[in-house]
Amino acid sequence: MTRRRLVIGTTAVLALALIGWAVSREPPELASTASGPAASTTQPPPPPEGVPLINVTLFYGSADGETLVPVQREIALAEGLMAQGREILLAQLQPAPSPHLPVIPEGTALLAFYVTDRGDAFVDLSAEVSSNHQGGSSAELLTVYAVVNAVTANLPTVRRVQILINGQEADTLAGHVDLRNPLGRDQTIVSPS
Amino acid sequence: MRGAAPLLPAILVLLLTALPQAQEPAPLTLLSREGRRVIPSTMSGGREFVALDDIVSLFQVTVREEALTGGLTVAHQGRSIIVSTSQPLASVNGRAVALSAPAMRTGNRWSVPIDFLSSGLSLIYDQRIEVRRAARLVVVGDLRVPRVTARIDAVGPPARATIEISPATRASITTETGRLVIRLDADALDPTFPGDGTGLIEQIRLGDQPGTIAVVLADGAGQGRAVAADVGGITRINIDVAPDVPPPDTALLRTAPAGVPPLPPTRTRSPISTIVIDPGHGGDDVGARGRSGTEEKTLTLAVAQRVKALIEMRLGIRVILTRTADRRVSLSERAAVANNNKADLFLSLHLNAAPTAASTGAEVLGLRLDQQAADVRRVAGGEMTLPVFGGVTRSVDVIRWDLAQVRHTDASTAFARILEDQLRARVTMSARPRRAIPLRLLTSVNMPAALIEMAYLTNPGQERTVRSDTFQADIAQAILGAVQQFRSYLEERSAP
Repeated sequence: MTRRRLVIGTTAVLALALIGWAVSREPPELASTASGPAASTTQPPPPPEGVPLINVTLFYGSADGETLVPVQREIALAEGLMAQGREILLAQLQPAPSPHLPVIPEGTALLAFYVTDRGDAFVDLSAEVSSNHQGGSSAELLTVYAVVNAVTANLPTVRRVQILINGQEADTLAGHVDLRNPLGRDQTIVSPS
Repeated sequence: MRGAAPLLPAILVLLLTALPQAQEPAPLTLLSREGRRVIPSTMSGGREFVALDDIVSLFQVTVREEALTGGLTVAHQGRSIIVSTSQPLASVNGRAVALSAPAMRTGNRWSVPIDFLSSGLSLIYDQRIEVRRAARLVVVGDLRVPRVTARIDAVGPPARATIEISPATRASITTETGRLVIRLDADALDPTFPGDGTGLIEQIRLGDQPGTIAVVLADGAGQGRAVAADVGGITRINIDVAPDVPPPDTALLRTAPAGVPPLPPTRTRSPISTIVIDPGHGGDDVGARGRSGTEEKTLTLAVAQRVKALIEMRLGIRVILTRTADRRVSLSERAAVANNNKADLFLSLHLNAAPTAASTGAEVLGLRLDQQAADVRRVAGGEMTLPVFGGVTRSVDVIRWDLAQVRHTDASTAFARILEDQLRARVTMSARPRRAIPLRLLTSVNMPAALIEMAYLTNPGQERTVRSDTFQADIAQAILGAVQQFRSYLEERSAP
């Protein structure tokens, strides 16, 4: 009897462990569809009382408009890579804190975020990121690398980031920076905070 | 009055000799697989007629006069057509066909209107018969006789002409002393040529060989350049002819600073013969916009046109714009214009924007390679051997369209450095005057390339400046100087 209980208990623990692993793994397809309505807003709900916070680095325009400035900010600690990535991006899409300048066009919303097994992340943004963009290669670089750097600086397993617009691959945001392939982090455009 | 009397007989003789010429048009030429034959024709009542006797001998038909019906029966291999001698009609298997005139009797010869050949005879004949009256041609069978329309677009310098061939026809172009010769893959041509030109293109006419066109250049013309492309079912050949030597001083030349000496005339082959200038944005893609409403797309086009005029005039280099009007052109199309025209240099013109009004100055941008492109570059330069007809092989360059710029990065970097120097001498430069970024447009151009952000439209002071004639002339001069310097760089690099 004792042996039988031991076998059942071990099986149950293994099954639970397997389910837990499968859920935590979050395949890209599931993550992208699960990001739905909650992810499509740029106004993340404030972390509830008692929710643990983590410190992340976000990127905004410098006062002279020439570079990105890294800014530390506390956001909610989320379960899993995808969820944490979404939290980071929702924070990045918020208005820039003074005295920094906004580099993401107004009205831009996060539609989805997922990461492939190769460490390439895909950030799906609403059409406003392109249609509301002011143009110019300098402004476009700041927009693109604010997103790319925010993801790669805070999620060490992500090597590169590709920006999608409305779920589609795009040539550029405003006619200059190549978005057809994932981009790696660019530190040359970042100045010390 | 008395003095004019002796002239009357001479005038009468002139009128009498001119009359028959007016009644007899130029003979028609029948083109068939068997060769060329002349078909005489006559005019009567404003209509052109061909003798049935000639049709009998040319088309191997029989003609019988029908006394009862008052018509003519023309037969060919068991099929027949009845031509009315009183009505402008013919009948083929009970079906009436309208003609421009009834058959006409002159003495003991019958003649039919010329449209009888295409509207009547072709219905019973075993080959297509097409009458092209303007070209005085009767085409029998499936011969390739494309229509060729030529026009001189600009007297120049540089002179420009366009030749359109319909339907699309393979063309090979060779340069001979004083002329370009275009050979078309055709049995004959149906040409419409302009009158003699007054500029660098003296004449466009049929060549000495069948199926050829000669573009005759005037004294003082440099080497002509022609590029053929198939567009919408026709072949269009664009011809540019620059002067052999730089023209005398002009308004644009007077704006040239002392630092840019005119090039001496030269006949040696230049490493740069075609440049593509790309005016950024266009159409509903406005680009950046200044507070006063200045649009990037408008200024890039204005500067590009200025640069084109200046380079063509000063250097005799052919300059092609990726757009000449306010229209949207995709980035791929812009690269295709440069690649398909085998340009030696590509330059894209833009105006910048930043999140603050303080940003100022011009920037020169080049392409930054990612790891994938760097890998491609390492293995670039190899050739692929492919089998071709005849059991032999041929080596071809294999270039990935989306990474074409990879093998020009060194030359592009040199060009960007030269551009920066030239711009710095004339306009305000940015705090980061030259940098490499992942530019979508430049990845696909298969030649040295750069992009200039001329100024910041988001800076109100710069927005005013870029609209000025002085600023645009300075930018154009800087680009001219950079092209000259880069040409020298290429010449030195290729010197043994």
